[in-house]
Amino acid sequence: MTIFIPTPLRQFANGKDTFEAKGATVSEALTHLTETHPDLRKHLFTGEGKVRSFVNLYLNDEDVRYLPEKESTQVSKTDTLSIIPSIAGGDWAVQADAAAPQLTTDL
Amino acid sequence: MATATETSALPELTTDELARYSRHLILPEVGMEGQQKLKAAKVLCVGTGGLGSPLAFYLAAAGIGTLGLVDFDVVDASNLQRQIIHSTKDIGRKKLDSAAEKLTALNPALKVVKHETMLTSANALEILKDYDVVADGTDNFPTRYLVNDACVLLGIPNAYGSIFRFEGQASVFAAKEGPCYRCLYPEPPPPGLVPSCAEGGVLGILPGLVGVIQATEVIKLILGNGSPLIGRLLLVDSLNMKFRELKLRKNRECPVCGDNPTVTALIDYQNFCGIVPETPQEKNVKNGIPQITVKELKQRLDAGEDVQLIDVREPYEYQIAQIGGKLIPQNDVPNRLNEIDRNREVVVHCKSGGRSQRIAEFLQQAGYPRVVNVAGGITAWSDEIDPKVPKY
Repeated sequence: MTIFIPTPLRQFANGKDTFEAKGATVSEALTHLTETHPDLRKHLFTGEGKVRSFVNLYLNDEDVRYLPEKESTQVSKTDTLSIIPSIAGGDWAVQADAAAPQLTTDL
Repeated sequence: MATATETSALPELTTDELARYSRHLILPEVGMEGQQKLKAAKVLCVGTGGLGSPLAFYLAAAGIGTLGLVDFDVVDASNLQRQIIHSTKDIGRKKLDSAAEKLTALNPALKVVKHETMLTSANALEILKDYDVVADGTDNFPTRYLVNDACVLLGIPNAYGSIFRFEGQASVFAAKEGPCYRCLYPEPPPPGLVPSCAEGGVLGILPGLVGVIQATEVIKLILGNGSPLIGRLLLVDSLNMKFRELKLRKNRECPVCGDNPTVTALIDYQNFCGIVPETPQEKNVKNGIPQITVKELKQRLDAGEDVQLIDVREPYEYQIAQIGGKLIPQNDVPNRLNEIDRNREVVVHCKSGGRSQRIAEFLQQAGYPRVVNVAGGITAWSDEIDPKVPKY
């Protein structure tokens, strides 16, 4: 199945925005993901292995929390799993590219 | 809310207004009655920044009668890349004054109500209660949960939007029978675990896109027409230009809007979001890491002291501004410890002191005996030592 990795977590997944996961269930696919990218683990799960409360998982367009079998739900190759963390704000500047004209100090 | 207003009680449109709103009036979905509903409506925009700018602009243009604005900030040069309601000449000015001026210039009939304050548990209900719809354009978790809870308690729908880098989210919360923000996210992330707004960056156009979606939802809620984003989370990916939609369900166990709510009054949202006020001791030592001010750093550099200054920001930040530290981006630090001399004191800095604090704690755990953090980072350096160092 394809797991969509959101922008804030891509830095812990070698910058990738998707991951092709193996596994028969949501849980197994997530295990494959976090074994491949161990840094993701603490951002997705609590110390007790529960999905963090500010991270939501969607199997296709359904919230995994509301599926009858939750993370044990069977998945197929064509399913997608979206990781949707809460996001806030953006108080920042653009990235200056080496080939682009230099930006002046004042706008 | 306004949709419930009796037609007979709706305000008449003036001749000028009939001309101004002619493109609405000939739309069957708006028409005379819809335009009158807009004129009768009172909408509160929380924030006049990235999301609030396009939101307030379009609501003013559309003929909303009363627009409340909540903000206490002043316009900064770094806002102008996306906060299009403010101009270069407004730098240093109160955002409220700058926004109100643009909005009344666009639509002199608009009544702008300025709430020059930070929304808090003490004032939120009093401020929100007179409005029909709230549009949340805040950029921080405490205010977002505060707005959500206040909307649920008052029964006011909340057109929500949020942005990060190239991605946005939009939905309508706290509508009758619909889910609220807490149904989606019962708890906020602890500070420091996800990149903060100052570290994340945002494409300037993105809040325009998301803010206009919020404005559209506000208008639809007032008209009582179309399918609002109730029970749906719209995801906007501007880099790939993909829009996706996820189903949101009302959580029957939600502490605010569930069957047996436990939150029946506003709470301490700073505390809820894990933000603890700094104690005087923490100014000097935080989590076991001594903090130095930029003034102290400058004095030590001027005195020729041995200062091993490590800059843990990203290369593209270094390109914008630097103060002579050795660049080792935070995620590279664990693999580049051989470049940091553990026999010398290590002084770590970043943009504003958050990332460097975490790296300083990491270095201490890795056995570095003397590690200090530069409080306020390069931003404080620019403010207090050398204004020629660009702020970003």
